Amino acid sequence: MKPIVKVEQLSKQYRIGARQGTNPTLRDMIVQTVRAPIKGFREKRRGENIWALKEVSFEINPGEVVGIIGRNGAGKSTLLKLLSRITEPSTGCIKLYGRIASLLEVGTGFHPELTGRENIYLNGAILGMKKTEIERKFDEIVAFSEIEEFLDTPVKHYSSGMYMRLAFAVAAHLEPEILLIDEVLAVGDAAFQNKCLGKMGEVAKHGRTVVFVSHQMGAIAQLCNKAMLMHKGSIAKEGDTQSVIDYYLNEVTNGTRGGYINTEPNKDITITEAQTLDSSGNTKTHFTHKEPIVIEIGCKINRWWPKSTLGFFVKDHRGRKIFTVNYPEWSRVGDNNKEVRVTAKIPVGLLVPGKYVFTIAVSIARVGVVDLAEDVLPITIIDGGSEFYAYEGGDYGCVFAECEWSS
Amino acid sequence: MESVVLSESASAARPKAEPPLPDEPLVVIKPSGSWVNLGLRDLWAYRELLYFLIWRDVKVRYKQAVLGILWVVLQPLLTTLILTIFLGKFARVPSDGLPYPVFVYAGLLPWTFFAAALTSSGNSLVGNSNLITKIYFPRMIIPAAAVGARLVDFGIGFLNLIGLMIYYRVGVAKSIVMLPLVVVLITLLALAVGMWATALNVKYRDVGVMLPVLIQLWMFASPVMYPSSIVPARLQWIYKLNPTTGILDGFRSALFGRGIDWTALGISTGFTIGLLVYSAYAFRRMEKNFADVV
Repeated sequence: MKPIVKVEQLSKQYRIGARQGTNPTLRDMIVQTVRAPIKGFREKRRGENIWALKEVSFEINPGEVVGIIGRNGAGKSTLLKLLSRITEPSTGCIKLYGRIASLLEVGTGFHPELTGRENIYLNGAILGMKKTEIERKFDEIVAFSEIEEFLDTPVKHYSSGMYMRLAFAVAAHLEPEILLIDEVLAVGDAAFQNKCLGKMGEVAKHGRTVVFVSHQMGAIAQLCNKAMLMHKGSIAKEGDTQSVIDYYLNEVTNGTRGGYINTEPNKDITITEAQTLDSSGNTKTHFTHKEPIVIEIGCKINRWWPKSTLGFFVKDHRGRKIFTVNYPEWSRVGDNNKEVRVTAKIPVGLLVPGKYVFTIAVSIARVGVVDLAEDVLPITIIDGGSEFYAYEGGDYGCVFAECEWSS
Repeated sequence: MESVVLSESASAARPKAEPPLPDEPLVVIKPSGSWVNLGLRDLWAYRELLYFLIWRDVKVRYKQAVLGILWVVLQPLLTTLILTIFLGKFARVPSDGLPYPVFVYAGLLPWTFFAAALTSSGNSLVGNSNLITKIYFPRMIIPAAAVGARLVDFGIGFLNLIGLMIYYRVGVAKSIVMLPLVVVLITLLALAVGMWATALNVKYRDVGVMLPVLIQLWMFASPVMYPSSIVPARLQWIYKLNPTTGILDGFRSALFGRGIDWTALGISTGFTIGLLVYSAYAFRRMEKNFADVV
């Protein structure tokens, strides 16, 4: 079969460093031009080039629903932006053998002052629909969005749920041959999410080709028949969805045996290593639900920030955050040029059996993140004979709760 | 290099047979070289979006202001009143034998349109960054829509002019048939300058700050509040190099039958077309970085 999307040696380079975050002004440019001969090339070298995407090649056949997963910064969004023509590749090319529509955000171009009715037309046009096409589907869109009564109210008066419903309703009625979707299902209430998933499943059944980027493993698993794992700008693994998701949760972690190692402590405070241990201090990644899980984190502090915090959160295999904790004594242990090692013991019998990953962060409240180790230390918790043993594999919640019953 | 060819088995099981795919790709996305084309076909395909964006701008502007459309009518009328009192009555600025209010309004109307179109198109890309980073369409539509939306104001303001002409009993000349051409010209000039300014503004934000100052200075160098006849004869040729001279004079002449200065209008036309072509290419060249920079 002939592919409908053909990506050949695709690369995208971004310039970061020197002036990141600020816009150069003409004054800067003039000053720089004058200074250039004096300063030589020193200035230039400070700006650093990074490859957000490096020589990626793949093909997608018509009718396939492909999920793209990976950590932040792995190149997923860059790939989607290139496919949707928002930005231009540095090298390589993409060949599209069908009409394409992209949904990097629902409600792109919605204007708060305009009514629901007006925004349907505006948003439809922005997504590439013809006026006649919008008119033909108008009733269907309104019915899908469930906001008939508020059709002539400016959307600024909508609740966020209504806003999302209307926005998705328009998007759901696009009829391209190739549809690119980014994280749009991460919003809205559960009932509407299910409706969206249903609609997308329908889209896929009609033989349309879908490329879907998400952190929600559950959605990827439900919708996609293929998956690609991006890592540091390349494709680390591809294949059937479940195997790629399992691989992601198990293997793509820094270092060996599930540990995390960062050998370049170049931040003010760098998370240099982390691992999960059993109660006697041995490295371990598989636990039973009755076992204590100890997480050990090593940090190298180059420059001490007294207001920083060290913490981590735990996510399950669907990408749901289970809990977040900060180390309360952190402000006392830190100092300039110091190496610190902390351990945290997760209460026994809290997490239900399943697969989990940790995200460890050193951050300063309301300022930003100093260092981040994202989706590392995959662990598996095996049911060691809980009361829910019979339901193994089923979803009976995120945590065990000890309730005091009486009768 | 990582190469992935997704296997065909899954797609073979799909229920519905799709129409065969074209042999040639519909779209090839690759780095553009140093020579860019204007992408006119793409622009044509997205013409409805241009209409919707103009419609959005007009609608939003009139919805937000309580007095809505009245502002469009009132603003140039008040300016006309002030100018008539200070320049017409006190300073006795000549007005080519027309009642000064009619004379000055016939200059303010196209100038206000030009200035407003230039300001809003000059800031249009930065103002629509949410669209640029999220979806593809020919970017030129954005400054074009900003200019187009101001054309609606111009149309409303024109009704004022008719009112003034009736009130002061100023007749319309046969040369009014030239008026649409002049309006097209000033629209294209606003688009040409606005398109270039907005593309530069994405990277160098000072352009947006400089623009109002430039427009202010430009107004004094154009026959808005005074007739071009007060410029000394030996300086006339320099004065006519300003593209808005020919256009604004042309606007009045076409309306009141004062004899069109074809040299000045010719210079304006040449300048406008030249700048439009240059701006369009410059815009296309800068376009590829918009989403990364804005």
